[in-house]
Amino acid sequence: MSDGIKHRRPLSDFSLGDKPGVNWNRVKDKAFRYFGIFCTAFGLIALAIFLMDIVIRGIGRINWSFLSGMPSYLPEKAGILPAITGTLWVLVLTAIISIPIGVAAGIFLEEYGKKNRLARIIEINIANLAGVPSIIYGLLGLEIFSRMFGMGNSILAGSSTLALLILPVIIVATRESIKAVPGSLREASFGLGASKWQTIWMQVLPASSGGIVTGVILALSRAMGETAPLIIVGALAFVPFVPDSPMDEFTVMPIQIFNWVSRPQQGFIINSAAAIIVLLLVTFVMNGVALYFRNRWQKRVKW
Amino acid sequence: MSILTTAGILYVLISESAGFFSQVSLVEFFTDTEWTPLFSEKHYGILPLLSGTLLTTAIAIAVALPIGLTVAIYLNQYASKKVRSTVKPLLEILAAVPTVVYGYFALMVVTPFLQKIFPEMAGFNALSAGIVMGIMIIPIISSLSEDALFAVPRSLREASYGMGATRFQTSFKVLVPAASSGIIVSVILAISRAIGETMIVAIAAGQQPNFTFNPLVPIETITTYIVQVSMGDVEHGSLGYQTIFAAGITLFAFTFILNNISFWVKKKYQEKYE
Repeated sequence: MSDGIKHRRPLSDFSLGDKPGVNWNRVKDKAFRYFGIFCTAFGLIALAIFLMDIVIRGIGRINWSFLSGMPSYLPEKAGILPAITGTLWVLVLTAIISIPIGVAAGIFLEEYGKKNRLARIIEINIANLAGVPSIIYGLLGLEIFSRMFGMGNSILAGSSTLALLILPVIIVATRESIKAVPGSLREASFGLGASKWQTIWMQVLPASSGGIVTGVILALSRAMGETAPLIIVGALAFVPFVPDSPMDEFTVMPIQIFNWVSRPQQGFIINSAAAIIVLLLVTFVMNGVALYFRNRWQKRVKW
Repeated sequence: MSILTTAGILYVLISESAGFFSQVSLVEFFTDTEWTPLFSEKHYGILPLLSGTLLTTAIAIAVALPIGLTVAIYLNQYASKKVRSTVKPLLEILAAVPTVVYGYFALMVVTPFLQKIFPEMAGFNALSAGIVMGIMIIPIISSLSEDALFAVPRSLREASYGMGATRFQTSFKVLVPAASSGIIVSVILAISRAIGETMIVAIAAGQQPNFTFNPLVPIETITTYIVQVSMGDVEHGSLGYQTIFAAGITLFAFTFILNNISFWVKKKYQEKYE
């Protein structure tokens, strides 16, 4: 709508019968434009300052021994290998748990679900779950996965917790992109004699895959940055080994950063800046990939 | 599945905090002004944690609301289409940055800067944590408010321009009132996000439950307390262990109420326009 407006500038932009003197309404209008630019710039400049500070402080510390080293009580010797592998483990397991359930739930709700009271309750419920603070999921994971299911402080317990956390996001993304598939496509498929399942599997899912992939990547990148739930579930701050099974104890990048930033020594602060560079790089790459998928999908598919 | 998760959350929070409230009365929980469950002299008053949470949240909203709303109006009314389509995703990067990174910013960048202005400020304080949290939630307010402004029927704008109003007058006298429910929803969501935010305050705001509204001293929020206990050695099943669930249920109650209000506002608003 705003682009439509652009062609029709407000009357006040033209000097129709201008009275002599200052038109305060127009001054206010101008002033607000600059204030708007200032505010928009504020967020971006803050982001830029933060990033620059991080890069200046941390870039020198990034080298092979940092990436492949074990944590240490000496900041110069400490590395992030256990944190990187821990993050990878958690991400992969979270994806394995959450994607099938989330996508299946999305398909079911959108294609099979009836529009009745229960469906409305579930919808409100999913929206509500998306608003629950992540730390509450941590408490849930601690009690259910760690204690009741006896997973302890394992990678599996952490991944299960994160999977619950991002399920609402994946479900909503799946539903939205399925909703965007036009009815005509389904009708055509039914008209050719395809069953409901064949229609979903061969027509609807491929047509909506771009949106689903975007949603899943964004959800996983969110899971990667989560710290609090994993701390609650019992991820450790100091892990001097590389985890090699889902039942191992573990740490992840954000917890390693949290641990280092809470220490007074300057060396650890530099380490945390360096680890942040690595974490942000991965986060931005994931977001970039998601954006790429979204754009390609939007361009390719024109109904 | 989603119903199960909700049931699970409620079950865990209620069953564990029931154990807590069987030993600590509700009156003490809500009126005692000290929170020292881990010391030898124990007090279980949630007020200091609540005041800490509310203080950081209030600062965050004080930063994010004016800036976020101005950005939304600017992008919707003033900016060219090109600027809008570049700036919006750029601002959304702010929401994608992991919160632990913001904690680092608050502690290492904002606090030293603010200490030049307020020399008496402590190294851990509510102010810089709140400001950084505000920056983090700008995109929530600006994006959702912009969507709400975008949804205002075009006829309203045309009518306002036709009366000779400037963009500024149109924005504040026509668009913002018309989109007010959408804007309110965005602010409520932002508040609920700020209340539940953990890592920024855990890193930059300190871990001392002070019953104060002074933004320059260390405080502790509900979320920080839960993290603090989880990092330490607290025996499973002990009263100290149960405190984190009591704190958790308080937090959950707050965000649950806020989310439901926003849902209700949204529903009312949709009915009005369809």
